[in-house]
Order: sequence, then C-alpha cells, then structure tokens
Amino acid sequence: MNITFLFLAVIAAIVAWWLAQQRLTAKPWLDAGLVGDTGASPLPAAKIGLGVFLAVVGCLFTLLISAYSMRMEMGEWRPAPVPKLLWLNTGMLILSSGALQWAQVAARRGRMDRVRAGLLAGGVFALAFLAGQLVAWRQLDAAGYYLTANPAAAFFYLITGVHGLHILGGQVALGRTMDKAWQGVAVGKVRLSVELCATYWHFVLFVWLVLFALLLLTDPIVADNGWFL
Amino acid sequence: MVDIGAAEGIPPAEVEDVELYHAKSWVTKYVFCQDAKVIAIQYSITAISIGLVALVLSWLIRLQLAFPGTFSIVTPSNYYQFVTMHGMIMVIYLLTALFLGGFGNYLIPLMVGARDMVFPYVNMLSYWVYLLAVVVLVASFFAPGGPTGAGWTLYPPQAILEGTPGRQWGIILMLVSLILFIIGFTMGGLNYVVTVLQGRTRGMTMMRLPLTVWGIFTATILALLAFPALFVASVMMLFDRVLGTSFFMPAIVAAGEHLKYGGGSPILFQHLFWFFGHPEVYIVALPAFGIVSDLISVHSRKNIFGYRMMVWALVAIAVLSFIVWGHHMYISGMNPPFGFFFATSTLIIAVPTAIKVYNWVLTLWRGDIHLTVPMLFALGFIVTFVNGGITGLFLGNVIVDVPLSATMFVVAHFHMVMGIAPILVVFGGIYHWYPKITGRMLNERLGQIHFWITFLGAYLIYFPMHYLGFIGVPRRYYELGETAFVPASAATLNVAITAAALIVGAAQTVFFFNVIWSLYKGKLAGGNPWRAASLEWQTPETPPGHGNWGKELPVVYRWAYDYSVPGAGQDFLPQNQPPAIPAR
Ligand code: HEM
Ligand SMILES: [Cu+2]
Repeated sequence: MNITFLFLAVIAAIVAWWLAQQRLTAKPWLDAGLVGDTGASPLPAAKIGLGVFLAVVGCLFTLLISAYSMRMEMGEWRPAPVPKLLWLNTGMLILSSGALQWAQVAARRGRMDRVRAGLLAGGVFALAFLAGQLVAWRQLDAAGYYLTANPAAAFFYLITGVHGLHILGGQVALGRTMDKAWQGVAVGKVRLSVELCATYWHFVLFVWLVLFALLLLTDPIVADNGWFL
Repeated sequence: MVDIGAAEGIPPAEVEDVELYHAKSWVTKYVFCQDAKVIAIQYSITAISIGLVALVLSWLIRLQLAFPGTFSIVTPSNYYQFVTMHGMIMVIYLLTALFLGGFGNYLIPLMVGARDMVFPYVNMLSYWVYLLAVVVLVASFFAPGGPTGAGWTLYPPQAILEGTPGRQWGIILMLVSLILFIIGFTMGGLNYVVTVLQGRTRGMTMMRLPLTVWGIFTATILALLAFPALFVASVMMLFDRVLGTSFFMPAIVAAGEHLKYGGGSPILFQHLFWFFGHPEVYIVALPAFGIVSDLISVHSRKNIFGYRMMVWALVAIAVLSFIVWGHHMYISGMNPPFGFFFATSTLIIAVPTAIKVYNWVLTLWRGDIHLTVPMLFALGFIVTFVNGGITGLFLGNVIVDVPLSATMFVVAHFHMVMGIAPILVVFGGIYHWYPKITGRMLNERLGQIHFWITFLGAYLIYFPMHYLGFIGVPRRYYELGETAFVPASAATLNVAITAAALIVGAAQTVFFFNVIWSLYKGKLAGGNPWRAASLEWQTPETPPGHGNWGKELPVVYRWAYDYSVPGAGQDFLPQNQPPAIPAR
C-alpha cells in the first residue's frame, strides 16, 4: 500500500496546488461584484479531461502494483523469469511514443504530411508492442509459467494484460485521429486530437517502464545475479 | 444590460466553439439523449427502480427474521442472496448512481451556469453502460443457482466456493456488473469533475459555488480514485472464479479434497475492498452534506454559516477517508499498531464532520425557519446522521468493535449513517428540485405524511436493532434458534421491527403517488417557488429548456447564499443580480 499512498500523495499535491489558486480564503459573502478570472484553466476541457482520466488509470495501476508487492511479501513467491523479448517490446513502445511526439510537433508546425506519418508509425509500433507481448505470453506459457501456475505468474498476465488493454483502447482514439487526418481537414482541426494521443501514449509508456522495472527488480535471475547478467 | 463583456480579462458572454448538441428525432431527444437533464432523469428512474427491488428484498429479509421459516420463498440460501443483493443494490446501484448520476447530472450544469456537461456524448454512454450493469445484475436473479449470496462484501474464499449460493453464475454476473458499473461511472465522473473545473460561467469562482456542487464534486473525485480498487478486486476475483487463478484463494481442503487453488491471500481482497469501501461511505455522504447545506440555507432564509469552513471540511473529509479503511478489518487479525493507527484516523474524521454539523445548526440558529417538506427531510437528516455518527465513534475503537462486529449493532449503525440519512436527503432534494424539473409543486400535505412515516418509522426499525446488537444477536443469520444469551423477548422485538419496516416501505407509495399525480395536477411552481438565490432557479424557462440559458449565459456577481441581506429590497439576491452600486 506504500505505493498507493505515494500515488495518492502526488494526486493530493496536485489538488492542493490547484486549490491554492482558487482563493479558498476568499470571503464570498463580502465581495459581491464582477470577477474576471474564475480560476478555470486556459487549457481546453479535453486536455483537463484526459488529465483526470490518466489520474484514474494511474490509480488503477498503482493498486495493481500495490497488490503485487503486498502479495510478494506474504511469502511463497515464485516469480517467473522475465522474458528477454520484453526488452524489444519496450523499445517498440518507446518508438511508438516517439513517433507520436514527432506527429505532435509536426501538428504544431502545420505539417500535415508529417502528422500522418507520425500517427501511422505510432500505431504500427504500438501494434508491434502488443504482438510482442502476446509472444512473450506464449513463451512463458510454454516454459510452464501458465496463468494458474502460481500467483506470481497470474499477476504477470494480469498486469501486462490490463496494460495491453489500455494500449488497445488508445488505438481506437488513434484510429479516429488518423481518420480525421486522412480526410484532409486543416491541421488545426486535428492538432488537439494528436496532442491528446501523444500525451496518452507517453503516459502508457511511463506506466510500462514502471511495470517493467518492477518485474525486473523481482525477477529471480536478476535478483540472484545482479542487473547485467 | 451594461456591457460587461468589454471589461478586461472577462470571457465573452458566449464561447463560440461550444457545439451544443441538438436532438434530431424523438429517439435522440428522449432515449439516446446527450442532454444532461435527460440523462439525470434516466439515471434517477433506473436507480430508483432497482432500489425498489432492494426494498422488497429487505421486506423478505425482515419477514424471515420476524417469523423464521414461515415463508417458503425464504430458504436459507435465498436469505443470503437477498441480504447480499439488498446491500449491494442499495449502496452502489441506488445511492451512488442517484447522487452522482442523478443529482449530479441535473444540478451541476445548472448550478455552475453551463449549457451542458463538457463531454455530452461520453455522458450519454455513461448512462447506457450503467443500465447494462443493472441489467446484468438483474439477470443474476434469473440465472441458474440465482444471485450470489456472498454478502455485499463478497469476501473470498467463500464467495466463489461450493456451498455459497449463486456460486455458479451469480457471482460471475455480480463481478461483471460491478466492472461495468465502474466503467460507466468513470465516464460520468470525468464529466462532473471537468464541468465543475472548466464549465463555470462568468464570475462563478469556486468559492461562489453552492455547497451542493462542492459536495458532488469532491465525492466524484473520491469515487474516481476509490472505484479502481473495487475494479481491481473484481477483476482478480473474476479470474479466480473463471480462470482458476489464486489471487485471493489459499490452499483449501474441502470435503477431504484438495481444491486446485493455492497461494492466494484473502486478506489482500479485504484491503482492496475496503480501500474502496470506506470512501464509498463518503461518496454517498458528501453529496448529501452539500445538498443539506443548501436546503437548510434556503428554507431558513439565512446564509450558510461558515461557508469556507464547509468547503474545507468537505476536502478534509475526502482526504482523510482514504486512510481509515482498516477499521473494517479489526477482526481480521491485524497488527495492533495498525489497529491503533486506523482507530485514530477514524476518530480524527469526526472533527471536520462535527464542524459541518455545528455549522448547520448555527445556520438554523435564529433563522426564519420554514418547515417545508424539503426542510423537514433536511432536519431529519441532521438528527439521523448525528445518531449514526456517534455509534460510528464507538465502533471506531478496536476494543468496542471487536465484540460488536458482525452483530445487529453494526447493521443499525450503518443503516442510520449511510442508509437512512442519505435517503432522507434524496427525498429532501427531490421535494426541493421537483418544481424546477417539472414546473409543478409536489403536494405539501402528502409530503408531510411521507416524511413523518418515513422518519419515525426508520427510528422504530433501527433503534431497537442497537439493543439486539448489544445482547449479541449476529447479523447475516437466517435463524437464531435457541441460544443461551438471547432472551425470547428478542423475537417479539423482531416482529415489531418487521411491522415498522413493512409500514415504512408501503408508505413510499404515498411518495410515488405524489410524484406522478403532481406531474399533471400539482400547483404550478413558477420559476423560483422557494425564492432561492442559486443559479439553477434563475433559468429563463422552467423546466429549463435545451441549453439551459436561452441566448446568453448568466453572469454571476455573488455567492449562492445572499438571504436576508440587510438593506436589500428582497429577502434574497439571486447570484446573477448585479450589485446595486457598481463594484468599481
Ligand atoms: C426500508 C429500508 C431498509 C430495511 C428495512 C433494511 C433492512 C436490512 C436488513 C434486515 C438487513 C440484513 C441484516 C442481516 O441479517 O445481516 C440489511 C442489510 C444491509 N442493508 Fe439494509 N435495509 C433498508 C435500507 C437500506 C439502505 C437505504 C441501504 C443503503 C446503504 C442499506 C444497506 C444495507 C447493507 C450494506 C446491508 C448489509 C448486507 C450484507 O450483510 O451483506 N439498507 N438491511
Ligand atoms: Cu469505514
């Protein structure tokens, strides 16, 4: 639960920072009159919405990690070795995220051709990541670490599965953005969508890096032999 | 009107790029509608309908407790199924959905001065996913083996083991339904939060929001962060049940046979469940707090006492509610220092809560109290909440909780604090806002009858249960049988409680009759029958039209509580009324 508290502390800090800007000590019963600034953010609502959604998703993964580490401490823990393939998959996801970042920069500069290329590359790399994850599942399964083999294996499938589903959901949003981009609308019209996709991708990449690090840290071989063996 | 839009830093009266959704056909106007007001009604009707199922279940439970074994439809298995479904429906599918999906959808846009929620399409999806969750839940009643009987807490390992009713399909459908509910809620929740953040009209600062909005807003944030825990727990248990994993399942020998499970931890489930479960109490309570604050202020013609403190207390309660979940696990064999920690944090929550109660009382103090029906319900809430809160302080202490845990005392406590109290607010809120929603008043006399039967009846039901708990009558028992410690008079008491429960339940028909009758025959309400200051009462049309505000969004000049302002002509000043002397 420590990790959950850490996460909640971060959320609490953001909330506190936001509340601090809302003049919580104002005396609303005294100051009738017109107020120019209501304290709303200049960002578009969609971005704020995505931010709130990511906080919820973050909470979900934090709880999964908490459950994982709580279960780990309870003993009788036989984690599966981390498949080497995950390194390659990680690379794919980094490329995917990078491609969307590139598309975002292009959108800001008004280069529709590059936006399209970036979106396409982002989508393809993300699909490659998903395919890689599936192969990794097959490998583990073949090595005897199937879903019901033990709790550690079950956690591995659960956590990577939930993460994969979030990428899959992202593909839907990405698909809709691509649809717009290919319909030949002005760059300005897709910019927000591209930015939202990029943010989401960076976020799922970040989550993946944390999950991957967690898996590596608790990997039996790494734990016995150190990081670079 | 003066041209205020020209003043610097003030956004124009109408933001251009707001694309208001327009219904094109009957279906998109009343069925697949994206207007938050319609979604609110859909949410409310669905929640109340399924709530009625839970009410009928409570009758069946009570009948069995009063007349053990008399009714053939209440077998032991059925009893557990009824108790489970009753609890789950009441907490999640009725109260959570009604406060956030119902009141939230209707009131947030109107109270902040918006035309609609910020993401209307997602908002509509939210309702349909919720409806699907309810359908799946109802389906479990008809599935082979019936709904789950695991208790609303669904504790593993028994929840998914042979011997628990509904093990076959009931538990699966229950978990799927919860997962759907959470997905649907998240869609709605994003709307409620972002609309409050970004949808406020000109001049509407956070500190000018009515406390109803603050209550729903904080409760939604709480729910968005707490429901993932239930989501994770449900998914993991679904895996255990369907795919045979062992997240929560230890090695078990049943009937001399080793089950295929092994290595899981039931305590892990309890942590996840209560990490959600305690905030859930406040997900239901915070909107109630907010609504009651507004009802009390309007109907006693006085500004709310200590507005800032009320806001801070809401935030403080929301934060604290994440570190008290362990008080539901005192008897799980937890480490004593943990017990100490959770007991302390539980008692600390009482401080901001007490502040709220004091402020309500001080608002009433020397107010011009109108004992309208909404006011009666609001007052009923305060009394009931204090009552349940005090028994909560008892139970928060490990040493008191251990003997009382799993007795009728706990049942009495949580029904007072999160059953009856919020339901009273729901009714108060409906009597208060019905005129805005329909344009007609609810009948006053029928409302009073409804209030007194419900309020007094609730006390007849739950007060005696405290005593039953003291003498050790356990909860979730189909039948007590002969015991050394429960006197025969307890059976008589049980009959009396059941009689009260049947009467209270039946009295709700008065309410439903009133709601339907008044729709056609009620007194015309006009735009602002309570002479209330908050923005939802200042709409150009009643019921508010599509887009809420006619041509131009309102401009807000003051907070929502300008009642009986000295020197003002009227006894209230609407939020959108400019100050008499220009501010600068
Ligand atoms: C007319 C109103 C109600 C009556 C007569 C009633 C009665 C009961 C009874 C007799 C039990 C079973 C006690 C036992 O043997 O363990 C019960 C359980 C429960 N009720 Fe109610 N109830 C009512 C309304 C509500 C409401 C509004 C809520 C919403 C919070 C609620 C939440 C629960 C919960 C969570 C349980 C525990 C279920 C379990 O043990 O798994 N009830 N109720
Ligand atoms: Cu609690």
